[in-house]
Amino acid sequence: MSKIESGYVKKNLPQTVQKVGIILAAIGLVLGIAGFVFDSYRASYAYLVSYLFFLSIAVGSLFLVALEYAAGADWSTPFRRISEFFAAALPLLLLFVIPLFFSTKNLFLWSHANYIQNDKIMEAKSAYLNTPFFVVRVIIVLLLWCFFYWIITKNSRKQDSIQDQLLTKRNITLSVIFIPIFAITITLIAVDWVMSLESKWFSTIFGVYLFAGVVLCSLGVLTLSAIKLKEKGYLHSAIGKDHFYSLGTLMFAFTVFWGYIAFSQYMLMWYGNLPEETFWFMQRWDGGWKIVSILLIITHFIVPFFALISYEAKTNIKRLKFMSIWILCVHFLDMYWLIMPSMSRNNHAYSFSWIDFVYPLLFIGVLILVFNKMAEKINLVPVGDPKLQRGLNFHL
Amino acid sequence: MANKKLHSLAALFKTPDEIINAAKKTTEAGYKKFDVNTPYPLHGMDRAMGMGQSKIGWVTLFFGLSGATFIFLFMWWCYAVSYNIVVGGKPFLSIPAFIPISFETTVLFGAISTVVGMIAVYFKLPNNSHPLHDTEYMKAVSADKYGLVIEAEDEKFDRTEVTEFLKKLGAYKIENIYFPEEEKYRMFAPKFILFLVVVAALTSALTYVTLNKLMYITPFDWMDFQRKLSAQERSDIFANGEGMRPPVEGTVARGYMPYPYKGQTNPAQVLTNPTIPTKQVLVLGKRKFLTFCSPCHGNFGDGNSRLQGQFPNGPTLHSDKIINYPDGMIYHIITNGQNAMPSYARQVTRDERWAIIDYIRVLQRAQNAKESDLKLANKESVSNVQN
Repeated sequence: MSKIESGYVKKNLPQTVQKVGIILAAIGLVLGIAGFVFDSYRASYAYLVSYLFFLSIAVGSLFLVALEYAAGADWSTPFRRISEFFAAALPLLLLFVIPLFFSTKNLFLWSHANYIQNDKIMEAKSAYLNTPFFVVRVIIVLLLWCFFYWIITKNSRKQDSIQDQLLTKRNITLSVIFIPIFAITITLIAVDWVMSLESKWFSTIFGVYLFAGVVLCSLGVLTLSAIKLKEKGYLHSAIGKDHFYSLGTLMFAFTVFWGYIAFSQYMLMWYGNLPEETFWFMQRWDGGWKIVSILLIITHFIVPFFALISYEAKTNIKRLKFMSIWILCVHFLDMYWLIMPSMSRNNHAYSFSWIDFVYPLLFIGVLILVFNKMAEKINLVPVGDPKLQRGLNFHL
Repeated sequence: MANKKLHSLAALFKTPDEIINAAKKTTEAGYKKFDVNTPYPLHGMDRAMGMGQSKIGWVTLFFGLSGATFIFLFMWWCYAVSYNIVVGGKPFLSIPAFIPISFETTVLFGAISTVVGMIAVYFKLPNNSHPLHDTEYMKAVSADKYGLVIEAEDEKFDRTEVTEFLKKLGAYKIENIYFPEEEKYRMFAPKFILFLVVVAALTSALTYVTLNKLMYITPFDWMDFQRKLSAQERSDIFANGEGMRPPVEGTVARGYMPYPYKGQTNPAQVLTNPTIPTKQVLVLGKRKFLTFCSPCHGNFGDGNSRLQGQFPNGPTLHSDKIINYPDGMIYHIITNGQNAMPSYARQVTRDERWAIIDYIRVLQRAQNAKESDLKLANKESVSNVQN
């Protein structure tokens, strides 16, 4: 234990972090409200894009925590608190979902009674796609996530002071329960928030597609903040090149996984060539969206693939930092590409608007504030975790 | 012992920590030609031994990319150049369909080339032996010990100095490794090549006999082989060697009646109905009419059919024009077709056509019945069939 204590001294994050967070969140909030005032239709889509980006980071981080417990990984134990801090944004999802509930009429055609009438397909679907059930479903999913967040991190925090190994065991059980629940709930979120934007479109792989993006995004935010904190000396001094190499490997793996799933989804629809499936891709190949689609393939798969493939790239901290920011940006682009084309149902051409880019400011600001708030009270390294010493000793 | 040439000094250690420390110290002491053997991969060993990145990745990259290129060009040549087949209405060169196969081939070529390249480089093929083989040292490191070998070829090698050095590192046992007496095992000895040749010859011969002879031995022929000519078989009985004979000029196939009036507008004068409208003929005519005529002309010949609206409507057969047609004219129309109606010569035979005409006459009479017909019908002795 002495080795651990000598390497880590708890320090508060500098005041500027909080300032940046407050400024970003304030600008985002003011402009965001202005967006809803000027063009509430576009604003509700733009808000959904950013909300899903925020959701990706929050629930993806909780998944990474659970994954570490379930897999018995020890190299990532020194980083686990970072993911736990970002997962602390989960309860806020319940707050930020409220504007979306008020704009279901803007977002979803199935929430309009006259759209469902006289349409046999929609009448059959309305047993699932109706506003009350939708709201209940989303709230249940978010509450489930909050529950697991609360109970897993509570155990983890308690360990800092009492160093009880049984708490790790309990968290392993909880994580193993959480992972299948996560698999189902993230699919529900993908279907409800994204797929049902086009009420008649369906893709059975869609949940996995969103999952790949969610994990990639939370790995990006973990890598970015771990590198930042390590550079400024807030993490344990024994964390070294090999730890960051492993984070880079995971990012690379999920880049490839995303590409694999995205292509699988595309290829089956391309082969089948059924009009009820292909129209979704046709929308994204119309006008300016064609450029966005090609950009997504290049930036979300080809660039990270070649930028992260070599050992040198993954041990180069500067490159890794750049790539983690890159991955956050392309995940936002991915969410944008999924949601925004559904906004203009008759005219699919892309049109620029400032509204699309104000909500990320709000959510990034909120994430920074949440992280800062958590870092004030809690150690940035789980000092009581029995796996920590092994994790610090990790070498390739 | 004195004549034997020393290959290396091998030291055994008991714990992974000791071996990593030993490797680190050996690197620091400046030895270049040394190696470490452990029963399982140890984390941190690469760095302790001062090893750089392995270059094997470039082999994988090169062969992986060539695999992808090769299969892509192959598929392009197959589907877009050599043998065009339309699959699902896609273009011949449809890249999305090629991606999975290119991906698999990248993996296959990359994986195989990595393994083969690694074996070739590290084992120094065709060399298949190493002085460390069959030593106590190798047995120990294959089970539960950790070993470090310093080779005699190293520039700094000095037997006593290295022994002292290894002892200081904490080795519990040090073994002298010598080159084997016979220094080179010849991989391609004459005996071995002869063996290969014999195996190759035997395998080829056995394969040939099995595929060409054994497979065709018939235990029971069940009269499979007879002294007759099968279709398209060659025969020497005839001068041109063909087993099949061409038919003599003017031959008519069974059941086929030539129709010489094709293209003529009205051959009705020469065509007369050869049938007598018996019950049998009318039943046949009804059946054929319902099968071939009713889809357009309707079950009662009134043009009110189930295809109405989806197809050019068949006209009613109860118009004055058709009622006044001679039988030969209707026969001519069925045989040759008219306007949108195609020829039915292939579907209905000559006799069936005449039977259909008889049935059409029945329909015309029944659908346009007069008072007098009703009186006739009431008379029991007169049946419609006989009319």
